[in-house]
Order: sequence, then structure tokens, then C-alpha cells
Amino acid sequence: MTGILSLVLGRMPIGWLQLTHNRGRLLAALAGVSFANVLVFVQLGILGGMNTSIEANYSFLDADIMISAADANTLTEGGNVPRQALIRALGVPGVSGGIPLFLGTGSWDHANGDTTSFQIFGLPADAARYVNPAFGLPMDRLAVPDTVILDTNARYLPEAALSDVSPSAPVALELNDRSLRAIGTFDGGSSLSSDGSAFMSDQSFLALFPQRSSRAPDHILLTVTPGARVESVVERLSLVLDPDLRVRTLQAAATEDRVYQTTVRPTGLIFGFGVVMGVIVGLIIVYQILATDVADHIREYATFQAMGYDYRFFLGVVFEQALVLAVLGFLPGILIGWALYLALNQMTGLPIEMDAARAATVFLGTVAACAVSGAIATRRLVGADPADLF
Amino acid sequence: MDVPIKVSGLDHFFGTGQARVQAIFDVSIEIEAGKLTVLMGPSGSGKTTVLTLMGCLRDVRHGSVELLGTELNGADDDKQIALRRRLGFIFQAHNLHESLTAAQNVMMGLQVHGKGDPVLQRQAADHVLGLVGLADRVDYLPGNLSGGQKQRVAVARALVSNPAIVFADEPTAALDKESGAQVVSMLKALGQARGTTTVMVTHDPRVLDQADRIVTLEAGRIVKDVRP
Repeated sequence: MTGILSLVLGRMPIGWLQLTHNRGRLLAALAGVSFANVLVFVQLGILGGMNTSIEANYSFLDADIMISAADANTLTEGGNVPRQALIRALGVPGVSGGIPLFLGTGSWDHANGDTTSFQIFGLPADAARYVNPAFGLPMDRLAVPDTVILDTNARYLPEAALSDVSPSAPVALELNDRSLRAIGTFDGGSSLSSDGSAFMSDQSFLALFPQRSSRAPDHILLTVTPGARVESVVERLSLVLDPDLRVRTLQAAATEDRVYQTTVRPTGLIFGFGVVMGVIVGLIIVYQILATDVADHIREYATFQAMGYDYRFFLGVVFEQALVLAVLGFLPGILIGWALYLALNQMTGLPIEMDAARAATVFLGTVAACAVSGAIATRRLVGADPADLF
Repeated sequence: MDVPIKVSGLDHFFGTGQARVQAIFDVSIEIEAGKLTVLMGPSGSGKTTVLTLMGCLRDVRHGSVELLGTELNGADDDKQIALRRRLGFIFQAHNLHESLTAAQNVMMGLQVHGKGDPVLQRQAADHVLGLVGLADRVDYLPGNLSGGQKQRVAVARALVSNPAIVFADEPTAALDKESGAQVVSMLKALGQARGTTTVMVTHDPRVLDQADRIVTLEAGRIVKDVRP
């Protein structure tokens, strides 16, 4: 390592030699950097899993525009939309079609005592065009009352409970104490608010939630005519519809939902705060290590100054140490983070995965944080006065 | 250069206002090349201040110090750093870098001059360590060397780049009689062989015996200047 660093730096790797000379302090420093890394990885992982699960709910849908209530900051929150808005929207130039979308939650109590909660999407059975074809949902089969398509990735499902589900071999279940038949499955996933997703027709939905009215869906999904500019249609709809309604592209709705949940809701803020805390912990740990190291070697640095080494040399040594701590601390950090991701994914079903972009971001952040700590620690070099050596 | 150091009318003080302490008064001296010049005097006489001003480790504010042909009064940091690279320093405390081996410490005296072939630098370091009798200790860390051996490594570090002038501050103070004598003899011999000028602050009679010139300071003034 010393030889490699000598080649890279073009000089003796003083910083590396200094760090490795005191193994105990080096291990403590690396443990600190790794801990900060793990902290950031876990927070980012949960935040990322939350974001993915938020957007996953929108990815089930295939529409251009979504009309929601003014207070609908997320897909599942907020008031209802008057169904008349759908009728009025269909009269706006550029709108080719639309459907009401109902949302609710249902629980399936299993014989083993577990319960699986589902985010239920209710929409007309003939509205297959509004469902993302990538999920292969047999929407037309939902015309049969009290049928449902279930998420095979939902948490707490009994083993093989949905393994042979098909329209010809439905599986009986109870959701919210109402008997239903699962006639199909798809690969979804859990989120912070539900264990999985389910699709049913609007009629079955209204039967399952008798307090809900067909005149007040949660959202309205619209498609635009081929060639029409979606943003222009959104503008026209905004002029025609009740100003209390939010008219957005489906993509914009997904983005606003994610931003709201990560920057306004407590869960998002907590995880975001956790990331900031991780960075601060890392900064403090590395600063302490580097500042102590500079203080411990102040006489040697002063000696080097007397010999003719300039300030840039000392900065280089401190930054070399910061980089070594960043790289060596990151390696166990990412390994532990990756193991925790697997464990969290297993426990929560949230899509928490280590990806290259996140790993690169955390690594660069670690290097930057270590560099900042190093830059602050170099202030101690001011105390290195060669005249004091005599 | 026959006179590598010319000092004239040098004053220096520490502190300001009522805390101001005048350390040296109107010091003038010329140091001849290739000689071992000793500065001595009681504690607080100003000998170390003169040494640090000559070695451009302090800013010259009043008077003149011409070091290797360069006036230090008003010299900027870059000029002072460039000059220091032509000097060698030996401190009372060896100030070796604890995480570097003897050879690596000595190589630091070469690497200050820029990137060079590390193999050649290592050979040069080993050679100088051999000259100071540490050929079998080149890969030892300072923690595994005796006090005398550490000081010899410090001497090797100061001499490895073949400096024009070596400034030494009580280099034998922490050494036993034998080690101290070895270090002084070595400095004198290497200085003579290479034509190096040595300016040393010391009270050690073993050094005084070998000095070419002894300058005595008292209360910030030169009171005696003899060539034994």
C-alpha cells in the first residue's frame, strides 16, 4: 500500500504512514467513518424504498392526467372528486377518455394469525387501458362481482397461498370481512402504509366499501387524444374545472407525492434528518481524528516547515489522511449497509436495494465530508511554528 | 561564498506594548564558510533568537541578515521557504517523525526538493546513515532507536541534501558523553569534507574544543568573539 500511494502521490505517503503507525486510533477512526456510512446508507435506503414504493403505486396506472381533490397531497390522502368532473373533463378538447379511480385499504386475516393489508385500487372492469400492461392484470375478469387481483409480493401471505390462482381456479378470501375470490395475481410490493396492493372493479370496490359513493371517486384518470400536448390539455382542464380540484399529469402527481412525503411528512423528514445526522457524525469523527493527529505531530510538521516544506505539503498530508479514512471506512460501511438492506428488505418487504448510484453518492459524500473535516483540521497547522522548535 | 551569513545592526523583540521584551540589540557578525561557529551565552542571552533569525525561521524586522546572498529583511514566505531548502537544521529534540523509519526520515530531507527517483533517494539516505554509523538501523522506527541514534538520524537528515549551512541547537544536550562526542566529531568531519558551514548553539565543552570560532552573547549583545 505504501508503494502504491508513493507512486500515486509522487512522494512518501506521510499521511498513510502516520495513520497506520497508530493502529488503535486508525481502527477507531475507520469504525467511526463506517458507522457514519452505515447510518447514511440505512436512512437513504429506507428513504429510497419509500420513494420507490410511492412511485410504484403510480406505476400500476397508465394515464396521462390525474384530477384530484385540492388536499390530495398523496395518492391515498385527501378528499374525493365529484364524478361530474369526469363528465366535464370528457368535454374538453384533447381529452380522449377517463375513468374514476377508487382507493381503499383492506385486510386479509390468515388462519395463522397474520394479517395482510392491501392498498386496493377500484376502477371499471373495462378500463384495462388505464392499467400498466407490464403488470399483466386480467382486468376484464374483474367484471365478475367480488373478484380481486392480488399482489403476490405482499407481506405475510401464507406460503403458496396464491401460487395456483387463475380465473378458472380462484382462491377464496375475506377482505374486511367480505368474501371475495382472487382470480389473478401480479408482482407488486409493500410500502410504508400497506403490505401489498390489490385491484378490483369499481362495483366490487363499492360493495366492499358500502360507505363510499360511486359519485365521489378518489381521483379521475384521463387519457389525451394522440398528438395532443398533455400540458396544454391540463391547462384547458384547469380553466374548465372547479378551481378547488388539482389537475396534473400523472407523472407530476407521482413526483409531487414523493416530494411531499419526503419533505413535509414526518416520516420523510425523519429519514432525511437521519441522513444529515450521519453526515454530521462522520464530519465530527473525521475532524476529531485528523485534528488530534495534527496536534500530535505539530513538532514534526514544524520540523518539516523548517526544512522548507510549504503549506501545500501539509494540506496534502491531511487530505491524504482524509481520503484514506474515506476509502477504508467506506468499504466496511457499504458491506454492512448492504447486509442491513437485505435484512430490512426481508423484514419489511420494502424495495430497499443497494444500487450503484447510491453507493457512488455515499462514497463521494464520504470523500467530500472527510475533505471538509480535513480542511477544518488544517487550521491546527497554524500552530506549527518552526521557530518554537529551538 | 566566503561569507554565507552577514548580520548587521540586527534587533529583535518579542511582544508588544508593556509586554515588549527586547531579545537582541544591534548584533553584527559575519560567519565564514566551512567553519564550525559556536554561539554561547547564558539562558536568555539571545543566542537562539540570533540562530532562528539567521535560519529564516523568524522574520527579520530591524537590521539586516544576508543569507546566502539574499537579504532576509522583507523577504516574503516563498523566498524564505526556498532558502530553508538550502539549509540543514538539527534540534535539541531530534524531532524525527515517529511513523517513518530512519531512512524515510532522512529521505524527507531530499524530497523537499521535489519529485526525484525514490530508489536514488533511498540509496542516498542509506549512504548518509552509513556515514553516521547507522547502516544497520536504516529500517528502524525512531521508537526502536536510542537517544544517540535518533540524534544521528537527525544529523543525517540535515546533511543528506548537502546543505550550504547547518544550524544546530544544543544537538548534544540530550546525549551521553560518548554519543555527544560522536555527533560533534561527525558534524565537524562531514562539514570539513563537504565545505558545510555550521552554526551551533551549545554549552557543551566537547563542542567548544572543536569549534573554529566561539561567539558569546549576553543580554542580547555580542560580548566576546574568539577563534581558538
